[in-house]
Amino acid sequence: MEMTVAEALVRCLEKENVEVIFGYPGGAMLPIYDSLYRFSSIKHVLVRHEQGAVHAADGYARVTRKVGVCMATSGPGATNLVTGIANAYMDSIPLVIFTGQVPTVQIGTDAFQEVDITGITMPITKHNYLLKDPTKLATVVKNAFHIAATGRPGPVLIDIPKDVAQAKIDFKYPKTVHLRGYKPTYRGHPYKIQTIAKLIKESRRPLIYAGGGVISSNAEQELLQLAETISAPVTNTFMGLASFPGDHPLFLGMLGLHGTRYANLAVTECDLLIGIGARFDDRVTMNIKAFAPNATVIHIDIDPAEIGKIVETHVPLVGDVKNILTALLPLLEKIDRSEWDARIRELKEQYPLTYSRTNGLKPQFIIEQLCALTRGEALVVTDVGQHQMWVAQYYHFRSPGTLVSSGGLGCMGFGLPASVGAQIGRPNQQTILVTGDGSIQMTIQELGTMVEQGLPIKIIILNNFALGMVRQLQEFYCEGRYMATNFKFHPDFAQLAKAYSIPGYTFKTDEDVLKTLPEVLSAPGPAIINCLIPPEENVTPMVLAGKGIHEAIEC
Amino acid sequence: MKHTLAVLVENSPGVLARVAGLFSRRGFNIESLTVGRTESDDVSRMTIVVEGDDRLLEQVSKQLHKLIDVIKISDITEEEYVDRDLVMIKVAADPGQRVEIMQMANVFRARVVDLGRKTMTLECTGNEGKINAFEESLRPYGIKELVRTGKVAMLRGSKFGSTNGTHADSKDD
Ligand SMILES: Cc1ncc(C[n+]2csc(CCOP(=O)(O)OP(=O)(O)O)c2C)c(N)n1
Repeated sequence: MEMTVAEALVRCLEKENVEVIFGYPGGAMLPIYDSLYRFSSIKHVLVRHEQGAVHAADGYARVTRKVGVCMATSGPGATNLVTGIANAYMDSIPLVIFTGQVPTVQIGTDAFQEVDITGITMPITKHNYLLKDPTKLATVVKNAFHIAATGRPGPVLIDIPKDVAQAKIDFKYPKTVHLRGYKPTYRGHPYKIQTIAKLIKESRRPLIYAGGGVISSNAEQELLQLAETISAPVTNTFMGLASFPGDHPLFLGMLGLHGTRYANLAVTECDLLIGIGARFDDRVTMNIKAFAPNATVIHIDIDPAEIGKIVETHVPLVGDVKNILTALLPLLEKIDRSEWDARIRELKEQYPLTYSRTNGLKPQFIIEQLCALTRGEALVVTDVGQHQMWVAQYYHFRSPGTLVSSGGLGCMGFGLPASVGAQIGRPNQQTILVTGDGSIQMTIQELGTMVEQGLPIKIIILNNFALGMVRQLQEFYCEGRYMATNFKFHPDFAQLAKAYSIPGYTFKTDEDVLKTLPEVLSAPGPAIINCLIPPEENVTPMVLAGKGIHEAIEC
Repeated sequence: MKHTLAVLVENSPGVLARVAGLFSRRGFNIESLTVGRTESDDVSRMTIVVEGDDRLLEQVSKQLHKLIDVIKISDITEEEYVDRDLVMIKVAADPGQRVEIMQMANVFRARVVDLGRKTMTLECTGNEGKINAFEESLRPYGIKELVRTGKVAMLRGSKFGSTNGTHADSKDD
């Protein structure tokens, strides 16, 4: 069938079952937006800044486990996407991103609103395309969705020059993908799987260290079964949180820089470390020499390049986590390990997560209450900073994949737009954004998108009038020289809410939380709760730079 | 240790930028990189020489393998292979020295490709050692300009770079 590339693009998206596109238009995107208008029923969410579009698509992808789609115009539209693309790349989130480009004849002339977006995004995309040949559209889109969603997922960008979008083609959507250089390994090597089963049987103090890969491969059930079968405690990376029930007796919480002391000590004492879909990030291992010093290390990951990159691995196993665990489980028998169990219980009792209840409204208390009120089942989105770590420590996630947060890039401003995407992806789940007074102001304009879309997101601002996490670093590493981390001015966030026709609250005491939070959470529609917390509150425990994870301090 | 990688890539725009960008971004040092098309129009072949220990080499090939446009990577360092580098050297040559320089060129099976009033330009192909020796022997005359292509390499005999060699992730399985 003959049609324009722009029109064909819309058909491609429909073939890929795209339900929603987050975007922002511009001149170079005119043909594409026009064909969305004329030929498609796909929902388009107009954000207020392109960074919002890509974070929203990212939040949507995380909660639906589908490919998120966003689009922006050439030049400034495209560059505004860069942070969000890097964010999705670091956290292995499947996205397909469309950007408009100046007409092919103008490429390379520094034309109005021209940037080399494929060049700019080469290091932060799994792959990208500059579509010069109109007849390649369908293949490129098909490939892009395939690449984004398979193997280790990631963002794929397609840059479409305006004249290409207007060109006529004979449209046919390919049924299969042919990429000879791209063949991810899904099945784990059977012999290695047997080796792992044997090592597990022989070990006395095994420990599971599970990351975001468990979530991307939908392997939460298998993880739970593995842990229970072999009686191994489970610690999660930040990205892995909400892949294992937070109230399970085998759960140790997060490990690493701000991990629980018992998780960090258990890693130090274990004799078998089973790394599953985790990449031994430096925030997890801290001083590498002191990381799991007594352990045989098993590393299961779909990306071969992650294996052996940071730590020496005794048993590397490339493949999809769910596949591998499914193959491994039948080889295992139920094992009870009373000694290791007892030791873990002892560590938990000896080094619990605690905070002092004196001195005002404590952020930890707010998160604890939030967790209790939602029974650990809300969809929690965070920004980046201390509040993010308090959520990781004090919110005990119980349903799979309910934490949406920027892990690898640690990108402030992620929270609000990501919660827009997440709430659109899971319209029936209560979505709560926990953010900081710094982070929210980076993308606060997306309140407009949220209200326009009628999304009932509850926004909890843990307001310490500071860039808390950096302030904390200055306390430890700069002898308290708080350079550029204390705000002298904030808008009244409760008043600001009103400007967007959202109910606004200010919490100052425990009483406010106990009395008003339940009401706000059960009320329909969105709300902003500005919680005034002590500026000097620190995230604790903390492993100082250069130290091993067993050396965490309380602060 | 120096490793020679034979890398087959899609002959698509931007592929050289992808490969080179990956090296610089990850802090891998390229000694030399040559690229050109192969027996099939849609496949190019890169010969990449990198210096590093086994761990680094493993990372290099695994990261390269992640690029969608990379079809195959073979570390041929330990294999039997033939390699060539082409050099062109413009050397100062007064008329009185030309015969001498030409004799020298003969020894290395080099060829004269240009004659100026005071210079001669010679071309020579060979492996790295030979090229180095050639360069050294011309140095006393005064090298005005020198350019090398970098190494290209191919497995000997019946082995084919495109079907033999190690697959980047096959080592893990
Ligand atoms: C885009 C961006 N800029 C800077 C930083 C560095 N940074 C990390 S945490 C932080 C402070 C966050 O402040 P806030 O959002 O108020 O959260 P808090 O730590 O106070 O809970 C900063 C500035 C970052 N992570 N992202």
